[in-house]
Order: sequence, then C-alpha cells, then structure tokens
Amino acid sequence: MTADDTAPGALALDDKPAAATGTDPLLTVTDLVQRFRVPGGMMNAVAGVSFELGRGRTLGLVGESGCGKSTLARAILQLTKPSEGSVRFDGQELTTLPKAGLRTMRRRIQMVFQDPISALNPRRKIFDIVAEGLVISGLPAEQIRPRVEAVLRQVGLDPELVSDRRPHQFSGGQCQRIAIARAMVVDPDLLICDEPVASLDVSVQAQVLDLLDEMKHRTGVSMIFVAHDLAVVRNISDDVAVMYLGTIAETGDTAAIYDTPAHPYTRALLDAVPAPDPAAAPSGPALGGEIPSPMNPPSGCRFRTRCPIARAECAAHVPTLREIAPGHRVACHFPLVGEAAVFAGEATAGAPEAEAAPAGAEAAAAEPAAEPGSEAPKQD
Amino acid sequence: MAEPTTTGSPTPDEPLLRAEDLRVHLDTPRGLLKAVDGVSFAIERGETLGLVGESGSGKSMLVRSLMGICPSIARIRGSVRLDGRELVGVPRKEARTIWGNRIAMVFQDPMTSLNPVLRIDRQLTESMRLHLGLGKKEANERAIELLTLVGIPEPLKRSRSYPHQLSGGMRQRVTIAMALACDPDVLIADEATTALDVTVQRQILDLLQEIQAERGMGMILVSHDLGVVAGRTDQIAVMYAGRMVEHSPTADLFAHRRHRYTEALLGAVPRLDVPREQRPRAIPGSPPDLITLASGCAFAARCGAADDLCRAQRPELGEDLGTHRFACHHPVGTDAPAGADAASGDGADEKPSLMKETPA
Repeated sequence: MTADDTAPGALALDDKPAAATGTDPLLTVTDLVQRFRVPGGMMNAVAGVSFELGRGRTLGLVGESGCGKSTLARAILQLTKPSEGSVRFDGQELTTLPKAGLRTMRRRIQMVFQDPISALNPRRKIFDIVAEGLVISGLPAEQIRPRVEAVLRQVGLDPELVSDRRPHQFSGGQCQRIAIARAMVVDPDLLICDEPVASLDVSVQAQVLDLLDEMKHRTGVSMIFVAHDLAVVRNISDDVAVMYLGTIAETGDTAAIYDTPAHPYTRALLDAVPAPDPAAAPSGPALGGEIPSPMNPPSGCRFRTRCPIARAECAAHVPTLREIAPGHRVACHFPLVGEAAVFAGEATAGAPEAEAAPAGAEAAAAEPAAEPGSEAPKQD
Repeated sequence: MAEPTTTGSPTPDEPLLRAEDLRVHLDTPRGLLKAVDGVSFAIERGETLGLVGESGSGKSMLVRSLMGICPSIARIRGSVRLDGRELVGVPRKEARTIWGNRIAMVFQDPMTSLNPVLRIDRQLTESMRLHLGLGKKEANERAIELLTLVGIPEPLKRSRSYPHQLSGGMRQRVTIAMALACDPDVLIADEATTALDVTVQRQILDLLQEIQAERGMGMILVSHDLGVVAGRTDQIAVMYAGRMVEHSPTADLFAHRRHRYTEALLGAVPRLDVPREQRPRAIPGSPPDLITLASGCAFAARCGAADDLCRAQRPELGEDLGTHRFACHHPVGTDAPAGADAASGDGADEKPSLMKETPA
C-alpha cells in the first residue's frame, strides 16, 4: 500500500522493481482465478490461468462465448478484482496495487472493445473522446492537440474533418478506428483488444486488422487479441492461447496451433471456420452441444463432455498444461500430436520455432519457460 | 424470363418464389434512397439462394420486402410471386395469410426477435394458433415437437423458460422453431448466425440445411461472409449499393468469379485454407451513399480496375436467370485498363472516406 509513481517501470512495491531491460516478459499472469457470486453459488469464470506475454508480441486469446476470455482480459486490467493469482505487468504486481497506482498503470494498458459504437460516448466530439486519456494524465492543452491529431492520422482519419463530429456520424469500422486512436494516444505498452472486429463486416474487418498490425509495428506495443474465431487472429498473433471454460486448453506459437493443433477443442475450432470454397469438404464432425455452465464444470477434463475422443480417464483426472514441443503446451490426456499422440492423424509437431513462446505453465508445472520470448517485435 | 407481370393464378412451371425487377425506394428527408433497385431472382423448392454483401448493400431490405416488413416510408415496385401469386400490393388481409405462414424469417439477433417477457411456448404457439387454427393443446404439443426438431435438449422444460434463460445458440434455435411452426414454403435467414460463435454457427447452419432438405423449402441465406454461404447454397447473388452485381450458380461463382467486387469480398475473408502469408485484403473505402449515387458503376470508386467507362455508364447485369450474370465492364479474367491493378497489392493505401456512408 505504498505510494505510486508515474515513472513507468520504476515502481517499487513489495516486490523487486523491474529491471526494464526488456528481457523479462511484459505481462506474467499466474494462476489467475476470477470468481463471481451468482444466484446459486460461486462461479469460476476464469479458473486458474497462467501465461506470459513477451514485449512486442501479440497473443491471440480464442474460445467460445462463455469461456472466460473477456473476463480474463478485464481481470488483467483489474477492471474486476481477480479472486486469486497474480498479474505482473512490467515487474509490478497489479492485484495488490492501490487505486491511485492502478490509475497510472492503466495508462500503460489500454483496451479496445467489441462494439465500437457503444464504446464511444455519443454526446462527445471525436477530439474530446480521443484526448480524454491525455487530459486525465495532466498533459498541458497545447501538447494534447498535436498528439490527438497525429494519432487520428495514424488510424486513417483526417483530424480536420473528424475532430468536431460525433460518433453517430461514423460507420462501425470508423468508430473502431476512433476507439483504437483513443487507446493508442497515451502510448500504451499493452493493448487489449476484446473482439475488436466481431461486429464488423468482413471487408471492414480486414481494414481494422491491418490497422492494428500497423500500430503494432509502428509502436512496438504488445497486444492481447481476444476473438472467438481462429481465422481472425491467425495473421495478427505471434502466440495463441485457446481457452475453454475458464482454463487454457492449448497454447503455443501460431505455427504450432494452426499447423499441428494438439487439443481436440482447437481442432474443432479450426474445423468450424467456414471455408469460402464450395468444393471444400466439411472438415471433421461439427462440435456438438454447447459450453457447459462454469457453475458446475465437468469433472476431470472440462472439455470431455463434448470431446469426440474422450475416455474414462478424462473424467477422472484433470489434465495439466504440459509441453509437447518447445513452447507448445496442451492440457489434454490424449493430445493429437506429439510423443503422446494416441490418436495422431497427422505428422508430429512441426518445425520447432527457435525461441520458446512466452506461454503459460499451468499450475506452475515447472519453473517459467527457460527463455521467455525475445523482446524484439517479431515479424509476421 | 421477361414475361409481363400479371397477378395470374398459379402456373405449373412457375418457380416457388420469383422476384422481378423488385425495387424498394425509401422517401427519406434527404431524398429518395434506392435501397433495392431492380433485383430479379427465382428460387425453386429445395433450393437455397445466398445473398451476400456489405452492410448497406440492400440485402436486408430486399428480404424484408419479401416478408412485408419494410418501414412505412418504403415504396415497393416490381413483382414478387410465390407459386405464381403476386405479393407486391396484396391487400393487408390476404397478406396476413402469407407472411409468417408461407414465408418465414429468422433474424440476426435472437434476443431482440424474441419477446423477453413471454415464455418460449407462448411465443412458439402464437403463429400456429393464428395461421393453422390449432387449439391450445395441439399447439403446445407441436411446439415441443418443433423444439425437439431444432435440437433443444429437454424441450418440455425449455418451453417453459424465458428467452434470457437460454444461451445465444439456443435462442436462435427457438427462433428457427418459430419460423418453422407453420411449415413455410420459403425460409429467410437474415444473418442468422452472425452473432453466434463459429462452433454454434456451424451447428445452426447444419440444422437449417438439414431441415430444408427434409421439407423441400426454398431458402434465402443472407450473410456478409462468403464463407458462410459457400458450401450451403445453390445460387449466390452478390449485392452492392442496392443492386445485384453478380448472380450465378454457387460452384460457378467461386470457380469463375467475374465481378471485381466479388473478388474483393472473397479476398477479405480470413481463411485457414491458404498460407498464412496470404493475408485477408481489406476493401479500401466504404460503400457509397445511396441517395447521392452517381451514374456509372457504384463500385467504381473502390475498384482498382475502374476507368472512365465505369464512371460514366452503369454495367448491366443481364436478364437470364440461372446463368452466370455479372455487371462489370472489366470483369475478372480480362485485362484491367492501364494504370489499374485490382487483383494484386493489398489496396489498403487508400484512406477510407470520412463521412458516414449510408443512412440505410
């Protein structure tokens, strides 16, 4: 409960201050649990999630509605107070940070929401919406205008034309650009995008994805990109974590997840993406049923009730997230690839990436990955 | 296919549903908005039409005009015939026996198309009691049958639930059950799966396809995503600015897409069956304002292959239903005019217009 300081990366609390050398991960989430009291008991919306996010990297967080991905994103930002576990951002523990400290920290973690139109205050002018973060941070007015205009230009809007307009005068895609400008104007270290393109037309989705990608390369911002569709995050992500019912089912770098998915759930998510090709044979059986209630998750493996290859063992034991290839972790008793592949239909794990992905180690199975992802923004 | 429009009796060779030169014009304070401007198509029993386009392309207004639920300022012209029976301009009383009964619709957002304060069974039985004259008991039994048909577990228990007690996928199944209640001849799904998870989307699309095959319904699948309609339709119409720009049997459309807009739309779909380096390509700019639409091709401003001809003269779609029709002066496969290169480059350099594009 000590004082806070605005100097980034130099805040000393009860833990050792971060050596802002850039070799440590930007964000380390350990055993995060987010519990809500609901009628009839407690619900673990996030039930023990651990992962690391390297500097300049982008993590795609994928899963169906109700899997806890949005809750996780909010818990990282301390929009809801996590029930258990730790969130370390740039060496600093966020869960125990006092309110004032969080306020300065939140400037460095920004969020873009799914519905851009409801995320923008309809009564305010675009300039004021984008400038608000800077105003709150106490920047003198004469410095605010050039920064707002620069960021509006970066997102492809002409500041002269848009500054005095209000959100209803823009289309969904343009509102999302404004929301991105609002997030980026304070020069954050981490941008959390919660389904930023889910409510947009396909043609506009690609525009917004291109814009986020450009922002990533221009500023080196790290990103957590939440989506329900694996096809959407494929190009923008360096690493992907697939969530199911509050836990991470599989995580690894993009090549591992898309080329050699090891969890049957990942496989099913990939198969569910419709191919714009009438000749394409339907790939695999459709995943039946729906995600169970987190109030009463299945015993053992949480996915077993919908899993096409579930066995008796899956009901008895909870699978831990274990490494099957460098940086590729899966929580499954019978992964589809790797040395333990019982039902392997494909080749074993693809070409191992040189560096270990900054992925999570559930239940701290081992010490953190030997070589957390390198800091340089990775090429695509 | 250009026979005069008559309100004649059913003729044996009539398709199940035929629209001819259908126009939906809206009198807005800013001027006349041609939301749908001269659209023709025909659907046979058991056939599915995919209707594709961006927001504001007129696809929703088109299907709404088929359902008779356009806003009051809409003026509908042209002809829509169901089994040879003219629907445009039918008296209200007669219309009630058609809409909801012979043509039914599933909407995008199941939460807003269900009444939040009524239990599922009440909403399901309403149309059956009205259109089919069923008694309460019969209707309730049929409601349970329908819920079973659309794959809702514990239908008896679920029928007593309120919409908010169901998940998004379950709600959409309920609205499908409602649409099927009166055994419609034509089922319209307007972005029915857009709000759902990919896994649930696939379940719902499979369900629609299955039910359609079973009952031999005609179906119109509206989507902004070519991926959704690719494997599930017999013909596809791509709409842009209120008009069809390409209309063709599905396989032919994907094999030999001709319109530059279709090409661009296809390039924007994020897909897993291509190498990762092949990124989805954004379509620069945004759709035009339908009120101030100039002459010429509506897509010209965003098209890399556009030249003076495109800006001056609107390309015609062609009349022959059932063939591959496209309205483009420089279709894909021909050389783009000098200085234009639509097929390559990711086209994101052009900044989008800063105005709100369509009030529709």
